[in-house]
Amino acid sequence: MGMSEQERIHRPRTPREREDVADAPAESSRGEQLKSDLDDLLDEIDDVLEENAEEFVRNYIQKGGQ
Amino acid sequence: MALAKVVGIETEYGISGGPDGDPVTASTIAVTSYARRMAAPIAWDFDDESPGRDARDPIAAPAYAPVIETHLANAVLPNGARFYVDHAHPEYSSPECRTPLEATLYDQAGEEVLRLAAAAANADLPAAQRIVIYKNNSDGKGNSYGCHENYLVQREVRFADIVTAMVPHFVSRQIVVGAGKVGSELEHTRGAPPAFQLSQRAEFFEEVVGLETTMRRPIVNTRDEPHGDPARFRRLHVIVGDANLSPVATAVKLGSTALLLAALEDEGLDAFPAPPREPVHAIRAIALDPTLTTTVELSSGASWTAWDLQDRLWELAADYAERTGAGAVAEPDEITFLLGQWREMLDGVRTDRAAVADRIDWVAKHRVLEGFRERHGLADRDPRLHAIDLQYHDVDPTRSLARRVGLRTLHGRTDVVAAVSGPPSSTRAYFRGQCVARYPEEVVAANWDSVVFDVGAGPLHKVPTTDPLRGTADLTAPLFARAPTARDLLAALEG
Repeated sequence: MGMSEQERIHRPRTPREREDVADAPAESSRGEQLKSDLDDLLDEIDDVLEENAEEFVRNYIQKGGQ
Repeated sequence: MALAKVVGIETEYGISGGPDGDPVTASTIAVTSYARRMAAPIAWDFDDESPGRDARDPIAAPAYAPVIETHLANAVLPNGARFYVDHAHPEYSSPECRTPLEATLYDQAGEEVLRLAAAAANADLPAAQRIVIYKNNSDGKGNSYGCHENYLVQREVRFADIVTAMVPHFVSRQIVVGAGKVGSELEHTRGAPPAFQLSQRAEFFEEVVGLETTMRRPIVNTRDEPHGDPARFRRLHVIVGDANLSPVATAVKLGSTALLLAALEDEGLDAFPAPPREPVHAIRAIALDPTLTTTVELSSGASWTAWDLQDRLWELAADYAERTGAGAVAEPDEITFLLGQWREMLDGVRTDRAAVADRIDWVAKHRVLEGFRERHGLADRDPRLHAIDLQYHDVDPTRSLARRVGLRTLHGRTDVVAAVSGPPSSTRAYFRGQCVARYPEEVVAANWDSVVFDVGAGPLHKVPTTDPLRGTADLTAPLFARAPTARDLLAALEG
C-alpha cells in the first residue's frame, strides 16, 4: 500500500512525566453515574456469587498444566 | 518485508466436577461429549510433533521435553481448531488466523466450544457432578496452566534478537492485558502477601529463556516446532500471557506482540528499549503493584516503570506502522484500531481507570473486588474475594462475572457461532476445516501441517500443508466446489 494514501495514525498523547498518576478529577455527574453503575453491578454479584465461598474456593484444585 | 504474522491462541481451561472429581476424567468427558455432537470426530496425527526441539543451539542446560499424551481424547474441529485433553485440562487450540482480530474471534469461538462441551457433558451427569469450566490460569493454590500465543516469524531472525526485543514487552504488557488475581500462591511472595496482582501467570515465571512449559517456566519459550517448513518459518510460542475474558484485551495482546515482531523483522533491534537487567524480578514486581509506580532497572542502567516501557513500545509500533503500513499484521483499518485501543488502555490505566474498566480485565476485576470489599466490610483474605476472582472466569453465562462487568464486545454473536463451525478463510486452517466438514468419513487424522485420508483402496493419503499461508479459501474453494468426494479432491490435488 502506498504511504501517501495511508491514514496517519491518531496519537492521543500523555506526557511522559508522572505528575498525573493519580486518577484524573472526574466531573461530579460522571462520578455519580459510575458509582451508581457499580452499585447495580454489586447487587447483581451479591445475587449470583457462589453462596458457600469458602468451600467453593477450597474445592477448586487443578493439576498444573503448561 | 516482514512475514505475514499468522497467529493463533491455545488455551488450557480450568475444570471442576465430573463423576470422581478428577480433572482428567472431567476433561475427557467434556471433550468426548463435544466430539460426539459432531458426526465423526477426527483423530489428531502426532507424527510431526516435536515439542522437544529447542530454538537455541546448542541447548544450554539440561531440559525436559514436554510429554505428548497420545491416549487422551483428541479432536479436530470443522473450524480448523484442535480440541483435546492436555495434561489435566480441556484445551482449545485455535485455527491459524491471518490477523489479531480474526484470532480474537476464534478465541471467542473456543469459549463457545467449551460452553457447548460442558452443556453436552452435563446433560448426562447428575447435578452433583456438574462440570464447570473456567477460562483462567491458576487454581490459587500454586497450580498454573497456560494460554499460549503463536506467531509466525522468519527463520532468519536470530533467536537471541527475539529475546532481547520481546522481553521488555513480555514483562510490561500485563499492565494492559493482565487478567488480575487475588493474593499470591508461591513462596517468593509469601513474605508479605499482596492483596491483588495484575497477572494470573506472572509469579510462575522462573527463567528468562528456556524449553519447559510446565516447570521452571521461562519468559521466552524456546520450543522450536514450526508446524511448517523449518527452513523458512519459526513459530514463536509465547507462554507468558493470561487468558483474557475481554475480547479487546485479547486483540491488543495479539496485535501489540505481532506489530513488535514485524518491526523486529523489518527494522532490527535498534529502536527497542533495553531489557530489564533482571526480567524475572521485573515481571513479578510489576504484577504486584496496581499503582504502576514500581520501577525496574534496565540493562542500560535507567530505571523505568512498566508504563514507560509500554509507552516506548507503543511509539515503536506506531512509528513502524506509519512508515510501512504494517501489512504483515493486518489491513490499515485494523492496525489503526489495534494501536488506538492499545494507546487508550495505556493512557486510561494511568489516568482514568473507570474509562478502561470495559477493556482491561484486571481493572474490571479490581473495581468489583474493591467495591464488594467496601460494601461488605471484608478483610483482605476473605474467601468471598477469592470466589469473585474464580467466578469472574466461569464460562457459563448464568454464573460468569466477566459477563456482568460490561466488557466491550468485538464480534457479534452470529459471527462467533459461525466461527465455531467454519474455518477462517485466510490460512491453511481453511483447507483443514473444509476437509473435516466435507469428508468426515475419509479424513482419518489431521494436524497443523497435514491432513490424512483413507479412501478405501490402497494406502492412506497424506496431504501436506507446510505453508500456513496456502490452503486458503482463495486457493482451494474452487477445488472443493469441484470435489464432491474425498477421492475427487485427492485426484485434483495429485493431478
